[in-house]
Amino acid sequence: MTSYNTVNITRQDEIAPGFYLLSFKSPFSVHQAQPGQFVYLRCDNTYDPLLPRPFSIAMVDGGKNEVAILYQVVGRGTALLAQKKELDRFTVLGPLGRGFTLPPSGRLFRPKGGPKRVEPLESFPPSFLRIAVVAGGVGIAPLFFLLQRLKDLPDLTIEVLIGVRSIKQLLLATEIKSLSPQVKLHLATDDGSCGFHGSVTEILATLLKADKIDLVYACGPEAMLKIVAELLTKHNVPGEVSLERQMGCGVGACLSCVCKAKGERENSFRYRRVCKEGPVFPVQEIIWEE
Amino acid sequence: MVDLTIEIAGLRLKNPVITASGTFGFSQEYAPYVDLNRLGAITVKGITLLPRSGNPPPRLVETPAGILNAIGLQNPGVDYFAASILPYLSQFEVPVIVNMAGETVEEYAVLANKLSELNNIAALEVNISCPNVEKGGLQFGSDPAAAAEVTRAVKNNTSLPVIVKLSPNVTRIETVAQAVAQAGADALSLINTILGMAIDLKKRRPVLGNIFGGLSGPAIKPVALRAVWQVFEEVSLPIIGMGGIFTAQDALEFIMAGAKAVAVGTANFINPRATIDILEGIENYLRENKIKRLSDLVGAAHCKQ
Repeated sequence: MTSYNTVNITRQDEIAPGFYLLSFKSPFSVHQAQPGQFVYLRCDNTYDPLLPRPFSIAMVDGGKNEVAILYQVVGRGTALLAQKKELDRFTVLGPLGRGFTLPPSGRLFRPKGGPKRVEPLESFPPSFLRIAVVAGGVGIAPLFFLLQRLKDLPDLTIEVLIGVRSIKQLLLATEIKSLSPQVKLHLATDDGSCGFHGSVTEILATLLKADKIDLVYACGPEAMLKIVAELLTKHNVPGEVSLERQMGCGVGACLSCVCKAKGERENSFRYRRVCKEGPVFPVQEIIWEE
Repeated sequence: MVDLTIEIAGLRLKNPVITASGTFGFSQEYAPYVDLNRLGAITVKGITLLPRSGNPPPRLVETPAGILNAIGLQNPGVDYFAASILPYLSQFEVPVIVNMAGETVEEYAVLANKLSELNNIAALEVNISCPNVEKGGLQFGSDPAAAAEVTRAVKNNTSLPVIVKLSPNVTRIETVAQAVAQAGADALSLINTILGMAIDLKKRRPVLGNIFGGLSGPAIKPVALRAVWQVFEEVSLPIIGMGGIFTAQDALEFIMAGAKAVAVGTANFINPRATIDILEGIENYLRENKIKRLSDLVGAAHCKQ
């Protein structure tokens, strides 16, 4: 059901300085897209920059069958994209890649190997699955779409942990709060302008230490993901991370976007395609670079 | 109706548009976007005797009007290819050209022999021009005698048509072309990528894990076109032209320079339907200019008016 099409932009807004939310009419049914999947999108019809850019699906509107991407202007491609207006057109390939694994229900997804020591959150019975969603900066993009899907699932609680440099770069916080009463938001800023003064991983560490989390989804800078991975290993909690890499083809053909992952034998490794086996990987699978 | 068929090394193709090795995977990846049966031929990702894990990332960087890649021939090896990939490709009515590489002359010979025992392979494309591997690759492609030796080894071990893919990273590509022609090559693929590099200003280090990479895309089209022109003048083997072909116009330039067929590579990344768009563009050009046979255009630019 992946396709290649030219689409119309329906709306583009600068939602924070340098950060844009861009919506377009989806050429594919948004109901079939998985959170964590991406679209490969050509910013403009130029030979320089040449390649399309991958963007996680950040939001879907099922009624209008629209997709939104959230991006930060970091180079010439995104700068060109930021100039696009309503009714401008571009090509979209997607949805692509493997997304997050959604828990079928809280009970079913509990880690195997005996029940964890369950200390229920107030007001929720112990059978609830307690999820933490950890975002660094614009890494909130695939996680917002994930939250759109998680909020409709039964038997879970969701702690959303967002880390940004400063309150000026806080993205979609209002939208997240209004998603569902199941969602609880924790903020961390590097400059202390809002929420916890420090790293978002410190909030995660506290929650994990108190045994309040059963499953983690994360996206953000690689340094943050590496710490998340270390914490999850330490506390023996499963999780999935969404990675970002320079891509060539976006469909698994060119083998450019590989990351190092654990191999089948002990101490071996294999390269996995971020565009095909990813961008979402089980956290234990990745071998993090020093 | 215009006649798009061409013949290369005894191989009859329904049209001149081929995929370039390494840019189309084993074609499953593009099957959702392209009707594979419409292609003139499919050239698959380079195969080696044993599986290769490839180079450490980063493996790709964008440069002006092009990309540099240093994949390092990551592939699952010939046995896996034979057991798990070839059966998939065999269901289509499109000739499959297998790109093959080795680290020693002996390895090319053994691999050619193994591939020749398989069904449904139309031709071998001998890669003596990969700039991204330590052994083999360019070391054969940049020395006419070594290029000839590899060609001979492959020819002695196969009855399939042998296409040799040459590197532009040489002083005179015509000399290498002549050497492989004398060694028995049936056709030539021109060109592989151009060796290049990029530096990351923040890290003050080369961007690519392999330091160097191969440049492809529109940036190299004039270089590739020149190579096709020069080789056409001096060697009588059929040529498959490639290097930055993004549009039908690009493809037609290669054909007029002397290529019988064209391969589309990097363009697939920008437009997964690039091969089909180019094919339709060529067809339209012939129709609009009332040219009945595509083969009439091959090398047309060489004829003095």
